[in-house]
Amino acid sequence: MIAASEPVQRRPDAKLLLIRSGGSIEHWPRSALASLLRPGDLVVANDAATLPASLFGTHLPTGRSIEVRLASRGSLDPAKVNCFFAVLFGTGDFRIRTEDRPSPPAVAPGDRLQLGPLHATVESLQDHPRLMLLRFDGSAHDIWAGFARHGKPIQYAHVNAPLALWDTWTPIAGNPVAFEPPSAGFALSWDMLGSMTQRGVQFATLTHSAGLSSTGDAQLDARLPFDEPYRIPASTAEAIARAKARGARTVAVGTTVVRALEHAAVDGHVTSGIGVATQRIGHATRLRVVDAVLSGTHEKGTSHYELLRAFVSMGTLTRMEQQLESHGYRTHEFGDSILVEKAIVSAVF
Amino acid sequence: MTVHDGVLADLEPRGRAMAGGPVPRAQPLARRRVLVTGATAGLGLALVRELLGRGADVAFVARKADGVVRVAQEFGRSHGVIGDVSNKEDIHRIALQVLGALGGLDILINNASDLGPTPLQLLADTECEDFERALMTNVMGPFRLTKVLLGSLAAAARETGGAVVLNVSSDAAVTPYARWGAYGASKAALHHLTRIWEQELASSNIRFISLDPGDMDTAMHAAAVPDADIASLKRPEAAAREVADVIAAALQDSSSAIGVPHVAEGA
Repeated sequence: MIAASEPVQRRPDAKLLLIRSGGSIEHWPRSALASLLRPGDLVVANDAATLPASLFGTHLPTGRSIEVRLASRGSLDPAKVNCFFAVLFGTGDFRIRTEDRPSPPAVAPGDRLQLGPLHATVESLQDHPRLMLLRFDGSAHDIWAGFARHGKPIQYAHVNAPLALWDTWTPIAGNPVAFEPPSAGFALSWDMLGSMTQRGVQFATLTHSAGLSSTGDAQLDARLPFDEPYRIPASTAEAIARAKARGARTVAVGTTVVRALEHAAVDGHVTSGIGVATQRIGHATRLRVVDAVLSGTHEKGTSHYELLRAFVSMGTLTRMEQQLESHGYRTHEFGDSILVEKAIVSAVF
Repeated sequence: MTVHDGVLADLEPRGRAMAGGPVPRAQPLARRRVLVTGATAGLGLALVRELLGRGADVAFVARKADGVVRVAQEFGRSHGVIGDVSNKEDIHRIALQVLGALGGLDILINNASDLGPTPLQLLADTECEDFERALMTNVMGPFRLTKVLLGSLAAAARETGGAVVLNVSSDAAVTPYARWGAYGASKAALHHLTRIWEQELASSNIRFISLDPGDMDTAMHAAAVPDADIASLKRPEAAAREVADVIAAALQDSSSAIGVPHVAEGA
């Protein structure tokens, strides 16, 4: 597939590949999304805004330049921003592919890092020399101010120009708790939300702390996604219960929404409140809440791709890949979209 | 004047009121998350005090570090952010810190204003740069800040029944006073912007209010009208009470609208 290399959230010519629950594949302009939903459907999106989670600075014991990418956090509490799991990178920046980046210095618990106006201590390493638990000095106020002043959005080599924070916030972005954009939401516009309402489609949100998507290290990538805290408002849990009761579908905007809703599902009902999604979703997962997912296009082998196997068979995904390729779809976060309906009969052939 | 006619018209209850009307919440602003811009002097400062007094969680933004620190120290519970709403580069940084600190937002008060050239000038003598600065602060700043915070406000409206954007207007927005060209034209634009937001987002339960607090005894008024009779001017504290009352009423109105059973679910 073609890499989407410009940070444009809603290209007028964006495409949408639809996999119907019967297994057929259709091609649509993404602007037609609302018309592909059924009156009564409930659309649930992740309203997390994206932190500027890339922090450049110095490993003070060696004086060497480093980049720290904040990767996940145990809590959504605004006052608890001292501790983050983070992945360490050596010199260079996003222009070098993550797998080609020079190694960072070896770090040990107790090492001090200076990251612009912020100071932090390596609390521990997490069974890998580049994955660490970091503790920032100062109050929550100082840390937020430091991120605002010094942080840059996490970025990969397929986008050439440096991203601004506004490139990474979806139109519905709220609480800044994502480490990378919940990019399926880039497809939404307020006009599209209005079209959905007109069609009798309902809309709700949750907040899921989408974590780092790639580390450049196969061993670390195999551990993705990291644990991700989420919050489901009572109004959203109620909307899902009402959708279930009337036999309507719940359509997730993004894999993070699938992860949060399925984690919060108890006997097919979604519990509201705060949780931490720890599970992996794949071919063995029985989906209890979500009936369809809007997503970007993802490469085979990533956790996002694996998640799609909970919706459709491997055979269908193989046909999808062929179609994405032959129809010139764009991949990555600013690329085209897929809408995958859960297969009626999970074809285990 | 306090609230001019157009504003009062904007505040008519939307939607259907329930029979007998809603029971007013004793403290409609308690624990509501509020952002006030331009909050180190005048009405903004009085609003921080008033809203904290009503139990709200308050963040504020102002340009100068010493002013932000002074106000934050005076009110221990508030979150001060240094930023300039007229600067595009600052908008997301402000939003990041405000939403980070408050965890969401129910109420945005665009209070920061620029008077244009002082002493006030005839339009023919107004420098383009002075007019541009007034437009950036009084129109583009509130537009950008509203846009970036809309996701949070809509989420709050879905969860609690209502959210409010209050834009501080002026009688100069509707009456063409000589020498008030840059300010008056920019406030007219803000007033109209508010009304269009209100039209476009009517179904989202976010209320957009343009409110003229009246002529107040503030440093800004003194810069515009140095020889004003101070005794005739309103105290900013009194105006802040009125603004808070208007917001509280709008929230109660919205929550009464959402109190009506949800319509036509499913098909």
